[in-house]
Amino acid sequence: MDPAEHLFRQEAGRLVAILTRLFGVHNLALAEDVVQDAFCRALESWKFHGLPKNPSAWLMTTAKNRALEILRREGTARKFAPELGRLLESEWTLAPAVEEHFEPAAIQDGQLRMMFSCIHPGIPEETQLALILHLLCGFSVEETAAAFLKKAAAMEKRIGRAKKTLAGSRRLFNLAGAGDVAERLPAVLRALYLLFNEGYHGASAESPVRGELCAEARRLVSLLVDNPQTTTPAAHALTALLCFLAARLPGRLDAAGNLTLLVDQDRSSWDRALIAEGRRQLGLSAAGSEVTAYHLEAAIADLHARAARPEDTDWSGIIALYDMLMKIQPSPVVALNRAVALAQRDGPGRGLEAIALITDRERLARYPFYFAAMGEFELRLARRDEAREHFQAALTLARNPVERRFLEGRVRECGDVSPRRCPKSQPTVRSRAPRTFP
Amino acid sequence: MSEFVFLYRGETDIKKLSPQEAQQSMQQWMAWFKELEKKGKLKSIGQPLERAGKVVGGKAKPVTDGPYAETKDIIGGYSLIEARNLDEAAELAAGCPGIQRGGLVEVRPVMPLNM
Repeated sequence: MDPAEHLFRQEAGRLVAILTRLFGVHNLALAEDVVQDAFCRALESWKFHGLPKNPSAWLMTTAKNRALEILRREGTARKFAPELGRLLESEWTLAPAVEEHFEPAAIQDGQLRMMFSCIHPGIPEETQLALILHLLCGFSVEETAAAFLKKAAAMEKRIGRAKKTLAGSRRLFNLAGAGDVAERLPAVLRALYLLFNEGYHGASAESPVRGELCAEARRLVSLLVDNPQTTTPAAHALTALLCFLAARLPGRLDAAGNLTLLVDQDRSSWDRALIAEGRRQLGLSAAGSEVTAYHLEAAIADLHARAARPEDTDWSGIIALYDMLMKIQPSPVVALNRAVALAQRDGPGRGLEAIALITDRERLARYPFYFAAMGEFELRLARRDEAREHFQAALTLARNPVERRFLEGRVRECGDVSPRRCPKSQPTVRSRAPRTFP
Repeated sequence: MSEFVFLYRGETDIKKLSPQEAQQSMQQWMAWFKELEKKGKLKSIGQPLERAGKVVGGKAKPVTDGPYAETKDIIGGYSLIEARNLDEAAELAAGCPGIQRGGLVEVRPVMPLNM
């Protein structure tokens, strides 16, 4: 029997969270050592004896016994979690207290405390994400570095500093304080959204889609919605969004590993069960009066999922949602997506006009799909030379071989350069665009 | 057919493995044992050994606590293998996944009763 693909990783995340709660956040390193130890034992034993019936329980018992041993031995010499103080004084209370931390509800609670603790205001946002991946998802420093396309040495420093900050806090984040939870929850949701995005459109050189990052983000979001203290309409909306997007993951790359545009995707490859779960979550997200960007993005993704064929898409509905999104969270990327929807409904000319009206368009200058969108519109208007220039501009910004292959294909689609034009003497796309669309 | 003992020595790096790597390593070991079994070469899978222990004997201090000497010398476990000869046994040992992680397999023929 084969264990689940990432069993060790997930168990590592759970165990570090439980043990940190037990030992106190200042003993984070000790918690990590105990977990490492449990895995060494598991590895050595299981390769001879085979997997136990319940590997998670085995690991947990091993870690629990080791924790008890440490608490008994060092209970007076070392300071552990403050809330444990009195309980550690007697064996009568110690064992049950430790046992309690390993109950399913407490495990979930421990992971959430750790998650909220990682979103520490004293830690830079990007490092918060790295820390979540490292501590809660069991990624080693090297694996975390690879996930964020950073050098291992640099990541080691950043994670090291962040852990120091974390270990310096008095205790793990307390979920019982409703006000504190509400205050930090938006940042937690944002971190998980970004983590998912890193897997979904990350700039990885090898692979444009990394499903495991998406899966980890979804697993962590589900912890939030499963807990009465952290479940909010916004958390449901984010869950819905990630379900819809994850449902489309199988269609993002075709059989040859090429990036496929949403309108060209094989819709039969979309995961219907995930779409259904997305709708259920979207329903739950409607409980309050608050409308977040996650609500709107989820609703947009839902409309895409509802269209059996691209031409059945409710573009007007999507444009209306983008309009709302521009009101609560304006950004040039949102505006670009709105322009693409507009072009689908009213034709490529309108799309180009909408792009020309994006106020802080210069912020898209490094974004390949900004130029690619203009290329698509020009191509549909049969202005092949303009289209080719845009695609070539996009090509210089491509972040991985898959994007490059995709854009090369688009350049080829534009055909040869017309004889009357010489591409070398053309002004750049960016300087030309405002002239065309004042 | 002759019998051989495989002694698995010092997979020194396992303390540094990430959970994912540990899982992969375990799966490789299990697959390797399975393969030996399928070929009818695995007389007994044997046992893993704890790393800590005691060493008894010696002049200065008759009983010392492990771990002993170099980690690479620590025996992490053993198996009993059947093979035609030492060469075949060594060939089988070469597939051991521990070798990829800094480990060694010591292959020792079991001395037969009747010479």
